[in-house]
Amino acid sequence: MSEQAIEFIQQLINGLSLGAIYALIALGYTMVFGVLRFINFAHGDVFMLGAFSGFYVGPRVLLFFGNKPGYGAAAVVLLVSMLICAVLGVIIEKLCYKPLRERPKITVLITAIGVSLFLESFGQYIFGANPQAFPTLIEDVAIDLPQSWGNFTALTVTTGQVIVLGTTLALMLILTVIVLKTKIGMAMRALAYNPTACALMGVNNNFVISFTFGLGSALAGAAGILTSIQQPSIDPLMGILPGLKAFVAAVLGGIGNLGGAVLGGIILGIVETLVVGYVSPTYRDAVAFAVLILILLLRPAGLLGKNVREKV
Amino acid sequence: MFERTKISLVISVILFAVASWALGHFHVPDSAGKMVTIIEAYAYYYDILIGIGIAIILASSLNLVNGHTGQFSLGHAGFMGLGAYFASMVTLGVQLPLVPYPVFAGAPVWLAALKGIGWALALAVNSLLSLLNTWVGAAHELPHPVQFVAALFVGGLAAALAGLLVGVPSLRLKGDYLAIVTLGFNEIIRVVIQNAEPLGAQRGLGGMPLATNVFWTFSTAALTIYVVWNLVNSTYGRGFVAVRDDEIAAEAMGINTTKYKVLAFATAAFFAGLAGGLYAHFKQFVTPDGFGFMKSVDIVVMVILGGMGSTVGVCVAAALLTILPEMLRLLPQWIEKGGTAALHHLGWLPGNFVVKLPPRIVDLLQNRMILYSLLLIALMLLRPQGLFVGWGRKVVRK
Repeated sequence: MSEQAIEFIQQLINGLSLGAIYALIALGYTMVFGVLRFINFAHGDVFMLGAFSGFYVGPRVLLFFGNKPGYGAAAVVLLVSMLICAVLGVIIEKLCYKPLRERPKITVLITAIGVSLFLESFGQYIFGANPQAFPTLIEDVAIDLPQSWGNFTALTVTTGQVIVLGTTLALMLILTVIVLKTKIGMAMRALAYNPTACALMGVNNNFVISFTFGLGSALAGAAGILTSIQQPSIDPLMGILPGLKAFVAAVLGGIGNLGGAVLGGIILGIVETLVVGYVSPTYRDAVAFAVLILILLLRPAGLLGKNVREKV
Repeated sequence: MFERTKISLVISVILFAVASWALGHFHVPDSAGKMVTIIEAYAYYYDILIGIGIAIILASSLNLVNGHTGQFSLGHAGFMGLGAYFASMVTLGVQLPLVPYPVFAGAPVWLAALKGIGWALALAVNSLLSLLNTWVGAAHELPHPVQFVAALFVGGLAAALAGLLVGVPSLRLKGDYLAIVTLGFNEIIRVVIQNAEPLGAQRGLGGMPLATNVFWTFSTAALTIYVVWNLVNSTYGRGFVAVRDDEIAAEAMGINTTKYKVLAFATAAFFAGLAGGLYAHFKQFVTPDGFGFMKSVDIVVMVILGGMGSTVGVCVAAALLTILPEMLRLLPQWIEKGGTAALHHLGWLPGNFVVKLPPRIVDLLQNRMILYSLLLIALMLLRPQGLFVGWGRKVVRK
């Protein structure tokens, strides 16, 4: 293997772990879009809240585990943060979106922007505007690759990357089981298909919508923790860009489609890493939007989405 | 020939010219008793006044898109930034650098194909840049007062061109998608300026002459309101409103919805560009971060607060929200003073005690963004048509 090829593979690995984070956030967007047909602008900020709940919960959990970073502590922090985010997501839905359910879409969109701004500015007030150091839950170090791998030992794979990929995979499996195999998952799919008919079949639509919000927010919270393990510097505005990029990922894959969200997230992560590696790191944040404009031009329904005609 | 709107436009422009001359030529004593012009004596208020004028231009032009046409643009600050930078380039005589073409020599075949696409892209970008450079160069050669007008115009045209570029593909989209694409476009403009070394990149661009005054700012504002008002009350306006009220029905009636949306978008972008040029020649220093997402949100809040589609309401909201941060700065002092006076009056406060707010509360009261966000949410929950409805045009709720 030539050096260039190894470097390319390295970029792919980095892109994959970045894309996994986007995929987790994008799943929340796409699920909420599925049941409510609107984009929860505040989703990226729930991601931020996930990181901050880890920031406050982390040291206490670590104390319980004898102040040593390890998988047990990380798992507990992850679960607690997911729970906090789920509760916050449900509260946001009940307070801000539920009263607007029958109103024009633009009203809901503006409210969502308002919620997002509120979480950011109030976060800055409560947590402070400066970046803070996230507690070390797991040492993020390079893994020694076996000598028998030949040229591939030149690759750098960190524990953080492995954990991000592993956790993302596990969460996606759990999500798949929930959506496809449980009663509430069936209700979610029914609601996405036709809300009126769903309610007529005896499904409590309000509960299902709240549950979906909770589930999506929990995934965003998990993404917040996973990002912070790799980049242990968090601030109240950290959710804006990942949130927007995850939205692009959801649209790229076809919004409303769970598999599409994952595919879109991973493609976006890889494309972003390649642009950073081979073009210019300063264009990092413009890539996603260029991808968005391109996909909307060429295939507005997304890679895996079906083109649905709007009916009168 | 002489309708009411046209006469009001002419009269208001004359009034602004007189006011502007008076502000610059009448002398009043300052705090030290020296005679200075009104502008120098009241620099702080003058600053706010110009800010209000620029805000009115931005908000009433965005109102054309977000209010009358019912689209949701979150990228108005991007167009303003383009206008600011292009206008500054004209007065400073800066030319844009061309994008380098990819080098083919020594590249493998598969890479050459990719580079071919890159080369075609670079050619397209460069021809656009050369066109803009020609405009900028031609405008820079003009004598002094005309140069400023030309600078504003070039800024406006560049913004309108960008509005067309982003509008044609993205205005086939609706609601949420459009909001994010415009937001994304705003980010792209910011990132590109950040990487443009001749424009000062991240450090910002300075040294523009101070050319903006009350006359230019408020005449442009009057012109914006005039154009938006007349567009909306013309055949085009029927198209805009039809698109807003029901896009599918409008399409079925044979209205070219994309055309109307792009027209509204490009017009709004043009005026945002003018506002940017005025801003740049007032502050005499611009940075790419000043034209980011937060600035766009500021403008959107003005439009929503005033009531989407209500011209008068939006202008009032633009003025209010420009003064608001200054008021917020003073709010804790007022509460402390008023509270002390009231409690003493009631006899509940002994001796010479004073009310003092804790610093955390002062921070909270002065935080503009928290107030804006709560205002947005409360407004949408309780009064989605805007605060000042009944003034001007009403938004029809579906």
